[in-house]
Amino acid sequence: MIDTALRILKPTTAQEVQTLVAEAGAAARHIEVIGGGTKRAIGTLDPVDQVISTQRLDRIVDYAPDELVLTAQPGVRLADIEKLVASRGQMLAFEPPRWTRLVGARGEPTLGGVLATNLSGPRRIRAGAARDHFLGFEAVSGRGELFKAGGKVVKNVTGYDLMKLMAGSWGTLAVLTEVTIKVLPAPRKETTLLLFGLPDVRASEAMALAMNGPFEVSGAAHLPAFAAHARPLKAEMSTTALRLDGFEGSVAARVDALAVALKGYGRIDALEGDHSRQFWSQIREVEAFAGDPRPLWRLSLPPAAGWRGPHGLPGDALYDWAGGLAWLLTEEPAQKVRAVTRSLGGHALCLRGAAAFGPREGALGELQDRVKAAFDPLGVLNPGRMEGAP
Amino acid sequence: MKMPAPDPELIARKAEIVKALRRIVPGEGVVSEPAGLVPFESDGLSAYRQTPIAVVLPETTAQVSDILRWCQANGVKVVPRGAGTSLSGGALPLADGVVLGLSKFNRVLEVDYANRCAVVQPGVTNLGVTAAVEANGFYYAPDPSSQIACTIGGNVAENSGGVHCLKYGLTTNNLLGCELVLMSGEVVRLGGKAMEADGYDLLGLVTGSEGLLGVVTEVTVRILPKPESAKALLLGFATVEGAAATVGDIIAAGVIPAGLEMMDSPAIRAAEAFVGVGYPVDAAALLIVELDGAEAECIELTEQVRTLAAERGANFVKVSGSEAERLAFWAGRKAAFPAVGRIAPDYFCMDGTIPRAQLPHVLTRISQLSAQYGLGVANVFHAGDGNLHPLILYDADIPGDLDKAEAFGADILKLCVAVGGVLTGEHGVGVEKRDLMGEMFDATDLACQQRVKCAFDPGLLLNPGKVFPTLHRCAELGRVHVHRGKVAFPELPRF
Repeated sequence: MIDTALRILKPTTAQEVQTLVAEAGAAARHIEVIGGGTKRAIGTLDPVDQVISTQRLDRIVDYAPDELVLTAQPGVRLADIEKLVASRGQMLAFEPPRWTRLVGARGEPTLGGVLATNLSGPRRIRAGAARDHFLGFEAVSGRGELFKAGGKVVKNVTGYDLMKLMAGSWGTLAVLTEVTIKVLPAPRKETTLLLFGLPDVRASEAMALAMNGPFEVSGAAHLPAFAAHARPLKAEMSTTALRLDGFEGSVAARVDALAVALKGYGRIDALEGDHSRQFWSQIREVEAFAGDPRPLWRLSLPPAAGWRGPHGLPGDALYDWAGGLAWLLTEEPAQKVRAVTRSLGGHALCLRGAAAFGPREGALGELQDRVKAAFDPLGVLNPGRMEGAP
Repeated sequence: MKMPAPDPELIARKAEIVKALRRIVPGEGVVSEPAGLVPFESDGLSAYRQTPIAVVLPETTAQVSDILRWCQANGVKVVPRGAGTSLSGGALPLADGVVLGLSKFNRVLEVDYANRCAVVQPGVTNLGVTAAVEANGFYYAPDPSSQIACTIGGNVAENSGGVHCLKYGLTTNNLLGCELVLMSGEVVRLGGKAMEADGYDLLGLVTGSEGLLGVVTEVTVRILPKPESAKALLLGFATVEGAAATVGDIIAAGVIPAGLEMMDSPAIRAAEAFVGVGYPVDAAALLIVELDGAEAECIELTEQVRTLAAERGANFVKVSGSEAERLAFWAGRKAAFPAVGRIAPDYFCMDGTIPRAQLPHVLTRISQLSAQYGLGVANVFHAGDGNLHPLILYDADIPGDLDKAEAFGADILKLCVAVGGVLTGEHGVGVEKRDLMGEMFDATDLACQQRVKCAFDPGLLLNPGKVFPTLHRCAELGRVHVHRGKVAFPELPRF
């Protein structure tokens, strides 16, 4: 757990990071690695001797909008990156969430933290996850070696794709010191179509219908009645939302076509512009569940089976990623949540109330352990952070 | 190009090895007679050939597992092979190794429209996946030019791209899961039908690992609904600069075309002579721009692209008026390699990626190198993502020509790295670019990658001689010093 008595070291160069990690290794010390520290409450951590934050590695190295590439140090605040790319009509297409209010954290998420946790928002169904936009990096491994992988261009298969490994490694393999990501044009216009009063199963069908047609849906969520009360929806019943965005004429044409395709699902309403953006920001941040003390789960499931997870686990649920992501508040034991999710072909991450990850088991678990050891054989970095429990 | 020195002892054990493989895969699944091995001597990089000890063609995951387990126990090297279309020599056999062919894994196991995915065996061709789902209005997005022949297993190994990957991503962005057999014979499942999985993203790591980490025996791919419509434009320019600037303008306008290709004058002329689809043979550069999506979007963006091109001096503009015409526009580009094959006895296809702004400089430098080496070159270019394919023309029958072509190619790739790019955008390192890895990565970078190899295959038996210029024994790479019970890094500088 977080030891607040420890001073947070804030190196300002990759070499300083390297020195800190190498010395820790030499002295058998353990390090907690953080960016803005906003996800520290998620999961567990074995006792550490030091905390290293990348916050002062906060330089934008190069931004080439026409090349769709941005290189920065990991401690740059996510908000600053998003502001910068927005000024050139671009975006981080994986729509990274903050989760600050959701997990009751303070501070500002960093670019490095978002990549290290591989967090993606509603647009994941169309644009992919953080890992799909991670082009290259420089980092210090748990061995205290400064190394690099990938490149600074959008298309590259030279050497192993270690970016995929770093994305979602929660700082357990290496400390990122520079990252290159792909940026994309931001849509000019967005419209969200709303369906009302659908039970989860019908909503799942409606979302699949929208996803399986030529509508280019960039967000598909379903909220039960209790979560649909908030502004800007202020709905009295369950609400299913489908976002279409892009060029003006194209959005208008697809909105019409989708509305026709969905006419068997009752009344259709629409959110435009800022109202739509505000709504999807709430979905991205799971605001309906912020401040609730119950254990909080994020279930990644085959989309069509998404509703089955929460239906086997009493509690409150809402759905993103066309059903492929179920947010669940439940008092059910962690073992049961993981077992139900696994039986449906999915993966459960606990944000509050239990170990974040499930146990590593069998040949795959051993392989995961060997990969960890390849980068950090002494277990210097974020010890225990990804070692799950039943 | 040199492969690791073969072990004569292993070659001498051929009879024993073949017998053991036959016990695992009975009947015709083991090829050992010289005539039968000939088709497996080479892949798409036909400049290099090698006869393996034997070829084994299993049909089940259990057989693959038994083969790898036996080979590991007996120190026998294994080269996995899909359709053998690699352009970097990824499936080049070893004299002291066996080739493990996945061609009998050719079934589509499941199409799951509700979850927008298909579960296929690795020997299914890239186009075979689309064929299995297109009647329902779906397709599989990555489309390498060899898609009629290349297999999904090979696509996973190489992280293959194609002309549509600017908008739709490479193989890695279109995979959900796979079944992987490790060199130990252990079988693991990575990912599945859900978008995220437990632990480290080993699926992403294995994708593009060039057959060095494991053998894929099942793949779950994402399938997409077909766009409502698609339109292509042919844009001819009197200068390369005009074409390159247009590409930048299109991206800057917030348009990500489904395809954005460039060809230089020699490539245009070769393709036109081969397929005759109306390319402007007097242009210095040709852009093929494809826009897809809602019909309204295609019409709007086609006009926008046409305007941007005109502002940069495009003097040839043709917009596809029908689906047949759109496909004809692509036919020349997709046939660029065989077309070039008609104007020279042999060619090498290079595959660097550069920051797009560097294109005019790089093309100028390539034509200087062409004059210097006395070898012709034709350039095709995935312009949207900066992935350059210079085709170096040579004649293998002229002594010294192959060496010259290799040196020319190496100079081009070094140039790509020097301007901020990379050695390979989509073809893989293989044997072809193996010895150039030092241009991009230092010894520490390569050691970090090789330790990943060691985590999967500590005996270094799976596809050795590829990707890494020197393969260190895993024990050397993993060394951690222990002194009086305390670990130390004596090589590190101290204050």
